[in-house]
Amino acid sequence: MKRSSWTDYQKEIADNNYYYARSCIRQNFFPGSEKAFLNILSKDLGRDIYDDPLHTSCTGIGYHGDIVPLETIMTVVARQFALMSEAGYENFTSSCITSFGIYTELLATWEEFPETEERTRENLYKATGREFTKPKNLAHTSDVIFHHRKEIGQKAKRKLINTYTGEPLKVVEHIGCHYAKIFPKSGIGGSEFPYVLAGMVEEWGGEIVDYPERRHCCGFGFRNYLVQANRGYSIANSHRKLESMAPFKPDFIVTNCPGCSMFLDKWQYTIAEMEGTTFGQNGCGIPVLTYEEMAGLVLGYDPWELGMQMHQVDVEPLLDKMGVEYDPSAKYLGVNGKYIGKPKKAIVNSRSKETLYRIKR
Amino acid sequence: MINFGFSISKPRTIDIDRNNLHKSNEIIEAMPELQTCIGCGSCTATCTAGNLTEFNFRKVHTLVRRGEYQGAYEEMNKCMLCGKCRLVCPRGINTRGVVMLIKRKIGDF
Repeated sequence: MKRSSWTDYQKEIADNNYYYARSCIRQNFFPGSEKAFLNILSKDLGRDIYDDPLHTSCTGIGYHGDIVPLETIMTVVARQFALMSEAGYENFTSSCITSFGIYTELLATWEEFPETEERTRENLYKATGREFTKPKNLAHTSDVIFHHRKEIGQKAKRKLINTYTGEPLKVVEHIGCHYAKIFPKSGIGGSEFPYVLAGMVEEWGGEIVDYPERRHCCGFGFRNYLVQANRGYSIANSHRKLESMAPFKPDFIVTNCPGCSMFLDKWQYTIAEMEGTTFGQNGCGIPVLTYEEMAGLVLGYDPWELGMQMHQVDVEPLLDKMGVEYDPSAKYLGVNGKYIGKPKKAIVNSRSKETLYRIKR
Repeated sequence: MINFGFSISKPRTIDIDRNNLHKSNEIIEAMPELQTCIGCGSCTATCTAGNLTEFNFRKVHTLVRRGEYQGAYEEMNKCMLCGKCRLVCPRGINTRGVVMLIKRKIGDF
């Protein structure tokens, strides 16, 4: 198979008028990303997007954790679709990869087994008195950004270029298992040649690192994380990925999925505290960005407005490399200049000497 | 170090890039015919010690060749040196010699 094989996996992405479904965990860990997406779409690109306060969690975490039955999740999803039609939209875009996987899975189930769709319609009507229509177009928010990547590139205020050397920044991308591993046809590039984030990075001047464990899971795996006794297995997966990418000296990791950004970021802290290993070339951790944060930086947004102070691994080394101007004293000031608290000193941010990169050499 | 209530699970994969293959290379040098092993398992199937214990000659010598030496010496001590495995080996490998060689080279590694 050739590197260009990703072109076989393409999908229709609507150009305008989106109904937006938020993620449940994202606003806690990467709080500025969803706001940045809405701003980029509506203010920078002038598209119509509706952020509905009525919609709920898709219950995907409970579903994959085996506590929410299929019938229930079908009804919850049907309600989201009903809200979309009531708001007058046909294009559904979800911020979360798990939700995206759930929506894709349920639409395929209803297609294959029409009786389940009928039963869901009945359940939804009984529970809420609503009726739903299936979305005309279903896309993950990264698909939407990918779709507009050229336009964002034209409006770019900064490029993904190391301003010290003039070389493209080396970027590790991670698309998340539920984006294309469940239904490869539903993701750009499928599961083997993920191009959704790579396309953005290449368009905005960066370079993709193709490392051996590129397609390995980030370690979330729902039950593997939710049960404390299993977390050793979860962290081992992240460890394996980080260990594999470290020799390629990436400047940052960009992730597609709320869980992946959380785990690749937070587990770096945990690994550093547990065994003293860090994976970045400067002796610290590797910064982890969401694609909205990456797009926001390219479009000239302030990093603290993007919520980058909430990252476990400090992003300042990357911001310096990119030539982003920021106010270090404003890092822990929230809305209206209110102090939001400062995290304790951590090994992952304190230039440990035992970097994996040095050990490998 | 902070105790998070769990530890990082060790992978069960064998990473030949990381393992120290020095001893393994010495063993292959001393007994090159070991490289012709096709892993059929006849040695293990006919093994008297393997019949009574968990001893698995094929597994142990394969692990040793890949640089996984931990516990190999103790395992090889289970061998009774009867030599039945040598009679059935389709490649004619001196399997009893391999047992002795591994014990000599690895010791209590």
